[in-house]
Amino acid sequence: MMDGANELHGGGQTAEQKIRNFNLNFGPQHPAAHGVLRLVLELDGEIVERCDPHVGLLHRGTEKLMESRTYLQNLPYFDRLDYVSPLNQEHAWCLAIEALTGTVVPRRASLLRVMFAELGRLLNHLMNVGTGGMDVGALTAPLWTFVPREELMVFYERASGARLHAAYFRPGGVHQDIPEQLIDDIEAWCETFPAVLDRFHELITENRIFKQRTVDIAVVSQQQVMDWSMSGIMARGSGLAWDLRRSQPYECYDEFDFQIPVGKNGDCYDRYLCRMAEMVESVKIVKQCCTKLRATPGDVLARGKITPPKRADMKRSMESLIHHFKLYTEGFHVPAGEIYCAVEAPKGEFGVYLVSDGTNKPYRCKIRAPGFPHLQAMDMLAKGHQLADVAAIIATMDIVFGEVDR
Amino acid sequence: MNEALEELALTIQARAKGAVLDRSISFGVLSLDVTLDSLVRLAEQLKQDPALRFGVLTDITAVDYPERPKRFDMVYHFLSMHQNQRIRLKVAIDEEEMVPSLTSLFPVANWYEREVFDMFGILFSGHPDLRRLLTDYGFRGHPLRKDFPTSGYTEVRYDEVQKRVVYEPVRLTQEYRQFDFMSPWEGANYILPGDDKAKP
Repeated sequence: MMDGANELHGGGQTAEQKIRNFNLNFGPQHPAAHGVLRLVLELDGEIVERCDPHVGLLHRGTEKLMESRTYLQNLPYFDRLDYVSPLNQEHAWCLAIEALTGTVVPRRASLLRVMFAELGRLLNHLMNVGTGGMDVGALTAPLWTFVPREELMVFYERASGARLHAAYFRPGGVHQDIPEQLIDDIEAWCETFPAVLDRFHELITENRIFKQRTVDIAVVSQQQVMDWSMSGIMARGSGLAWDLRRSQPYECYDEFDFQIPVGKNGDCYDRYLCRMAEMVESVKIVKQCCTKLRATPGDVLARGKITPPKRADMKRSMESLIHHFKLYTEGFHVPAGEIYCAVEAPKGEFGVYLVSDGTNKPYRCKIRAPGFPHLQAMDMLAKGHQLADVAAIIATMDIVFGEVDR
Repeated sequence: MNEALEELALTIQARAKGAVLDRSISFGVLSLDVTLDSLVRLAEQLKQDPALRFGVLTDITAVDYPERPKRFDMVYHFLSMHQNQRIRLKVAIDEEEMVPSLTSLFPVANWYEREVFDMFGILFSGHPDLRRLLTDYGFRGHPLRKDFPTSGYTEVRYDEVQKRVVYEPVRLTQEYRQFDFMSPWEGANYILPGDDKAKP
C-alpha cells in the first residue's frame, strides 16, 4: 500500500509518512539507570528493538592505577568498585594475595570475614529490592529498606571506623578485632530483622502492580545463563543451584549451615524472591558467626611479613618498628605467579586475576566484575519488551557502575 | 586434586594434537599455553566435549610484556559448572597478530574482547562490533599497555568562556611519583666503573 502511494506522488514525499523506528537516549542521568548508564534504545512504538548500552562513564582506570601501587595500597580500590557491598570485593583481593603468599588466616579473622561478607550481602540485597521496587513504581520500598541498611552500616563503622569504604579485610586477616558488645548488638539485630523482612514481604511480594511489572519480564533460560556467563542471583533465579560459597568453598563457609534458594521461571519476580530468601539465609550465617566468635578468642591477623606487628611490640622491639615502617612504605613482596580467585559477591561471581612478578606491586590485576557480563546481556533481555520494562530489567540485574566500569 | 588436573590436561592434549605448548597447575587450576591457530578449535572442544563441558567463559583479559618478542598474553578463563572446575588458556601474540574472536561460540566474549581491544589495542578477527568500550568517546591510545603513562595524555576541564568541556594536555604541578623501592643491598645490579674488567 505504501509503495503504491509512493508511485502516485513520485519522489520521496508521500501522503502517508514512512514509519521508522525511534531512537531514544536513556540516561546517563536517569534515576532508574542506577548510576551513569547510557542506553541507546531503538524503539518500535513502545517495544524495544535494540538496546546498546554505552558504559565507561565511571571508568577510573582502577586496573592501571593498581599497577603502580603496592598491594596494601590497592586494597581500598576494591571498596570503590561495588560501593553497595564493599567488603565482599576486598575479600577476593585478600584471598588472592593469601593464596600467592601461602598465608593462613587465623580462625577468628576468618569468622569475622564471613560475618561481614554476609552483612555486605544483606546491605546489597536490601538496596536492590528497595530500589528495584522504586523502579517499578513503589516509592515506599526504598524508604523501608534503607532503615536496616543504615543500621548495618553502623555495625561496620563500629568495626572499621568507616561508614562506606571500610578497608576492613586485610591480607592475612582483618584490620582489628571487634568488641564483645558489637557481637551482642549484631545478634540482637538478627532477631529483629526477620520481622522487618516480613513487613517488607507484606508490602511488596503480593502487590498486584509489582507482580504485573516483574512476572515474566526478562526470562533467562539456563542455556542463556551459561552463554552470557551470568552468575549469582541471575543464575540461581533460573534454577541453577550455583553458589561459590557451596560449590567452591572459600574461607570457612563449608562449616556453616545455610540453604541456596533457587528460582523456577528465571524472571524478575523469581530473582526478587531469591534475594529475599537469600537475606534470610545470610541472617542465619551471621547468627552462627556470632556464636562461633564468642567461642573463638585469639588474634585476627596472621602475624608475619605481610601484616603489621602488634602496637605493643612496636614500643619495645626495634625489629617490629622497622617492619612496621617497611610494610607501610615499601609494602610486602608477593612471590611471582598467577592466580584467579573468585568469591560469591552479592551480585555474582567477583573474580580477581592477579599476575605477580615478585615485586611489591601487582604486575597485572584484572577485575572480573559480575555486573559486566550481566549488563552485556541487556540487549538480549530487553529485546521485545516495553520501554517501561527496561527500568525493571536494570534493577533485576543489580547493576552498579563502580564495578562495571572499574 | 592435582592428579585429576593432570589427567584433564592429558585428555585435552590428546584430543587437540600440537595445540598445547605448555601446561602448568597452580592453586588448583590448570593453565595451558596454546597456539593462536588452535584457540577457537580448542575453545569449541572445551565447550562441546561431553567429558569436559566448560560451558562458561568467565573472563578474557590480556597481559602486556613489552620486553618479549611476543608482546601480549591473551588469557581466557573457562568454568565448567558440571565438573566444578576452572581452566585457563593462554595465547602469546605479538603486536601485529589478530586474535580470532570467540563471539560465535560464547556470546559473552563480545564485551570482553571489546575491552581488551580498548585497553591493549589487540584486534579480533570476526568480531561483530569492535568499538571502544570503557574509555571516552574519541579517546586515543591503549591505557593498559605498559608504555602508556598512568597520568594519561589529556585532561578535561569546563571552560567558562567556551561554555563547554575542553581537552588539554596533562599538566602536573608535581611530578608523578613512582617510588623505587629497590634496596641497594639486594637485587640492584649497578655496574661500578672498573667492574666490567673483573672476571665473573
